[in-house]
Amino acid sequence: MKTILNSVKNIEQIFGVLAKKIQRPDLIFITVEKKQVLSVLSHLRDIEEYTHLVMITAIDYLEQGKFQILYLLHNYKNNTDLGVKTFISREDAHMYSAHHLWGQVATYQRELHEMFGIDFPGSPRVNENFALEGWEGIPPMRRDFDTLRYSQETYNFRKGRATNDPKKYMKKNLHKE
Amino acid sequence: MKEKKYDILPNSELKAEDRDLFCDARPVPVSKLNKYMEKLVNWARANSLWFLAFGTGCGAVEVRPLMTARFDAYRYGIAGRPTPRQSGIILIGGYASVKTLKRIIRSYEQMQNPKFVISLCSCSINGGMYFDSYNTINQIDKYIPVDVYITGCMPRPEAIIAGFNKLKDRIKAGNAEGANKYAENFDYYKANQKKIIKDWNMPDYNW
Amino acid sequence: MTTQIFIKIGYACISIAVMVAYGLLTGGVMARIRARVYGRYGAPVWQPFLDIFKNLNKRTAISHGMMFYLGPIFRFAGGLGTYLFIPAVFGSVLFANFSGAGDIFLVMYFIFFGQLGMALGAGEGGHPYSGIAIARGLAQMSAFEVPFALAVISIVVQYDTFSITEIVAAQQGGILHWTMFTNPLATIAAFIALLGMNMQSPFDIVIAPQEIPIGPPTEFPSQFLSMLQTNRGLFLVAKLILFMNLFYGGATSVWILFLKTFIIYLANLFIGVSFPRYRIEQAIKFFLKYPTIIGIIAIILMAMK
Repeated sequence: MKTILNSVKNIEQIFGVLAKKIQRPDLIFITVEKKQVLSVLSHLRDIEEYTHLVMITAIDYLEQGKFQILYLLHNYKNNTDLGVKTFISREDAHMYSAHHLWGQVATYQRELHEMFGIDFPGSPRVNENFALEGWEGIPPMRRDFDTLRYSQETYNFRKGRATNDPKKYMKKNLHKE
Repeated sequence: MKEKKYDILPNSELKAEDRDLFCDARPVPVSKLNKYMEKLVNWARANSLWFLAFGTGCGAVEVRPLMTARFDAYRYGIAGRPTPRQSGIILIGGYASVKTLKRIIRSYEQMQNPKFVISLCSCSINGGMYFDSYNTINQIDKYIPVDVYITGCMPRPEAIIAGFNKLKDRIKAGNAEGANKYAENFDYYKANQKKIIKDWNMPDYNW
Repeated sequence: MTTQIFIKIGYACISIAVMVAYGLLTGGVMARIRARVYGRYGAPVWQPFLDIFKNLNKRTAISHGMMFYLGPIFRFAGGLGTYLFIPAVFGSVLFANFSGAGDIFLVMYFIFFGQLGMALGAGEGGHPYSGIAIARGLAQMSAFEVPFALAVISIVVQYDTFSITEIVAAQQGGILHWTMFTNPLATIAAFIALLGMNMQSPFDIVIAPQEIPIGPPTEFPSQFLSMLQTNRGLFLVAKLILFMNLFYGGATSVWILFLKTFIIYLANLFIGVSFPRYRIEQAIKFFLKYPTIIGIIAIILMAMK
């Protein structure tokens, strides 16, 4: 049976891996170049039997000016997960579309497009509304979006609402010592 | 001046070719019946509470147990109806995101005139734990008139039944005139709704 | 002559009023019994009256044009027609209604009529799911109509008449004269059809709120709905009285009518609460298989006598 380490080794030999992190014996994250992502994904799907795409998500590295995109795959034969990460630029945020590999990819890419403003040229219906209907301004999941201020400006705050800092509140009321 | 108030609605967000498919009449407040008849009808209304089975948030999970053998809300005349046309109450089940608010408004406007709103959970009162969220409204009564609030995160089914009983008292006293309030302050509510719902691709009033 | 007609109409009105009240009350009682089976207390028995009164006094009612109005009216006409052509109480002037020779055909037609009118009205409502609901309702209706029609034909062959009054008259004089004992196969076929007609549990598809809103009445608000609810009470009683007349010896007084129809419905309900639900195609297959075969055998047996 193919093990996850074998699969990672194959990827390293064929495509090259920038970084590797063994999180658990059955969960490994590899970082590859942006250009290599589609090849790595198809290799994993067709040859290494990572047939199930669990999710696609993005992480905003505001300080470094980068987005990280994570594709998480699952192998039903040996029950292991493999995360494929890549970095893309934050200013010109676009990524190659992988909608031909799995049917659900198009939906994930629509979500990323709406929440992070990452463009996936050629992905079906990527410019349509997903969950936020008619959103204007910077996408809400980017870290430079101030969600509290937006909420205060847009939605009415009812008077009388009090907010406590949990740490201080707990110290004062529960753990007095 | 009063003539002007019940003018037709512009439906300006709809496409020109779609406009004649939709109704453009304003909601009109309907006056009460005479005193004794209204009392009798209110008593019937209070004892036959049909709510719209539309779960808008996580609080809706507490509504389902109402129909089970343990809580048995049927004995108070409380029953779920699957269609807004026949139901008289809409339950706001917790947080309402902007997308859901649009559906809430559509459903609420489709209900027929004596209609009541019960709002569950703290999220719809002041935002609750989602007070700083980018898509959760903080105050539901800016958008539709609310009769009864039930606090808690989330309220237990007993609390919901207590809320229904509170609503019963309000109806019997003749104070639950949410539908007329909505029709009278239609411009206020519409302005608030349009302020946050950006793509308003529906008629101004969903009859 | 004119006074006789007016007296007849007055009697019919009284009998309709009594039967609507009785039907709604039966519905309430049965809902209560059902609730007790499920371990609940259930709504009070007068809940159907409250619901109707409330719906009648809603302040607004939306309409979708001419056909939309006709839907509930057709439906109500179906219930009214079914009831008005059945002699409710044997030998009573007040509850004789407009029965005459050959009324059994008229009644069978009227049972189907209401659903068709409803289909027209609900289609006009424009609700996307009401079409599915109509398809299901009519499919099931056509399916249970087959064993019911066969059972009725078997009775017609047995008693050699088309008049319900004569069928009831032939069953008088002791419990063993009832069709239930003289023609048990037809009774069984018709009883299964009655389960479908009353939408009791193996066949309770049409108003299943879990699947599609609530069937054809989805778009009907307020006063339309109260009309449909009133009809539900009347139609229920009409069906039960028809079955009582055809299979269980009719009734010679109102109290016997109440007792017999209540027991028929109770038997129906006991089956309803103890079975899970068929899907629509399973229900149709079932109706076209066993009850139909039983019905055909019943006809053959009666024809050979």
